[in-house]
Amino acid sequence: MIIKGNIALSDNGFVFNPTTGDSFTLNSTGREVLLLIKEGKSLNQIKELLIEKYEVDRIILERYLEDFVNELNSNNLFEE
Amino acid sequence: MNKQQKIHLAVTGLNNIDSPGPGIPVIRGIRESNEFDVKIIGLAYEHLEPGIYMKDLVDKTYMIPYPTEGKEALFNRLLEIHKKERLDVIIPNFDAELYSFIKLEKILARVGIKTYLPSLEQFEERNKSNLPAFGVKYGINVPESTEVFSISDLDNTLKSMEYPVMLKGKFYDAYKAYSLDQAFDFFGKLSLKWGYPIIVQKFINGTEVNVVTLGDGKGKMLAAVPMRKQYITEKGKAWGGITIDDQTMIGLARKIVSETKWRGGMELELIRTSENTFYLLEINPRIPAWVYLAVGAGQNIPEALLKLALGLEVKPYESYETGKMFVRYSYDMIIDLHQFSKLTTSGEL
Repeated sequence: MIIKGNIALSDNGFVFNPTTGDSFTLNSTGREVLLLIKEGKSLNQIKELLIEKYEVDRIILERYLEDFVNELNSNNLFEE
Repeated sequence: MNKQQKIHLAVTGLNNIDSPGPGIPVIRGIRESNEFDVKIIGLAYEHLEPGIYMKDLVDKTYMIPYPTEGKEALFNRLLEIHKKERLDVIIPNFDAELYSFIKLEKILARVGIKTYLPSLEQFEERNKSNLPAFGVKYGINVPESTEVFSISDLDNTLKSMEYPVMLKGKFYDAYKAYSLDQAFDFFGKLSLKWGYPIIVQKFINGTEVNVVTLGDGKGKMLAAVPMRKQYITEKGKAWGGITIDDQTMIGLARKIVSETKWRGGMELELIRTSENTFYLLEINPRIPAWVYLAVGAGQNIPEALLKLALGLEVKPYESYETGKMFVRYSYDMIIDLHQFSKLTTSGEL
């Protein structure tokens, strides 16, 4: 799970893919997750970090996290 | 180039309308050049081409005859203008007039007017009608297409195609048809405006992306900027776009410029599918109307084209800024009737 090197992420959660010209806006949690992915954290590591930081049900977190990662993948933000 | 030396540059395509010609953006690029002091002479076909009245960009405009009147009529009119304006270079910007300008290239050069155009062979080879053969020859994906000359031709062709299909005029305009009735309707509109053939092309679903590029005529690509359309008008024109960093598109432009030894400006119109496959929809044999985005992103392609025409050295552009956007807008100019009447009665303004 490696984010393409040229993907730009701004402080306000604006994501720009310079290869395709696509842009997205992330909320603060989405931005936090994307930053963790960019740091090279695995999905499990991210899960544990978020459970530690937020009061959240593990099952619900897993579902949302997987959805989010699938969304990133379908928008070609990961290296193949 | 001595900045004091004035270059008299004639430009067509002043129709800065909802389906804009490239004249005004070409002029804006050249006006921003640090190397040239230019007098811009507009060449117009219609009295209401907005560029005629943009006096901060166009110094003087002359009406010229429609391409249908033939190249002799065009040459005679250009000679009249040349006598008054001492034209150094002409940059034609319409597909429909290029045939005449290419044919006149040598004779114009003899009277001292330079151009920088593709050869007739290059121009013909990338014609919409010849695009499938072009794709085969150069190994490029091109959507299946057929030329049709009549309603019964169209009817037969559509029997073996899936809807929607694209119907395209010989030079300009394209419509997406979802049914036979719609196709017949568009066939009528296109044939009335552009004549025959009409090109029926398989519709490819994906993202519309374009590249503007410049070839030196010997196989070297001197500039290339890819753009993704962000806002598309009903006529299929980009009203907003963004520069992107797509090496596949640049590679494709380099391949076409290099293998065809393309001379002058060119636009590749492409579709990128969700599987990241590119299809070449059209090759426009000139600079496109969105070229000012390339200027803004760091490649002044109109200036480079002018240098080529003047026989000056052009160093290839190696980079551009990604993520630069353009947003087009419309603007109402207020024109005095006497300007309009002067143009309509004397043919110049």
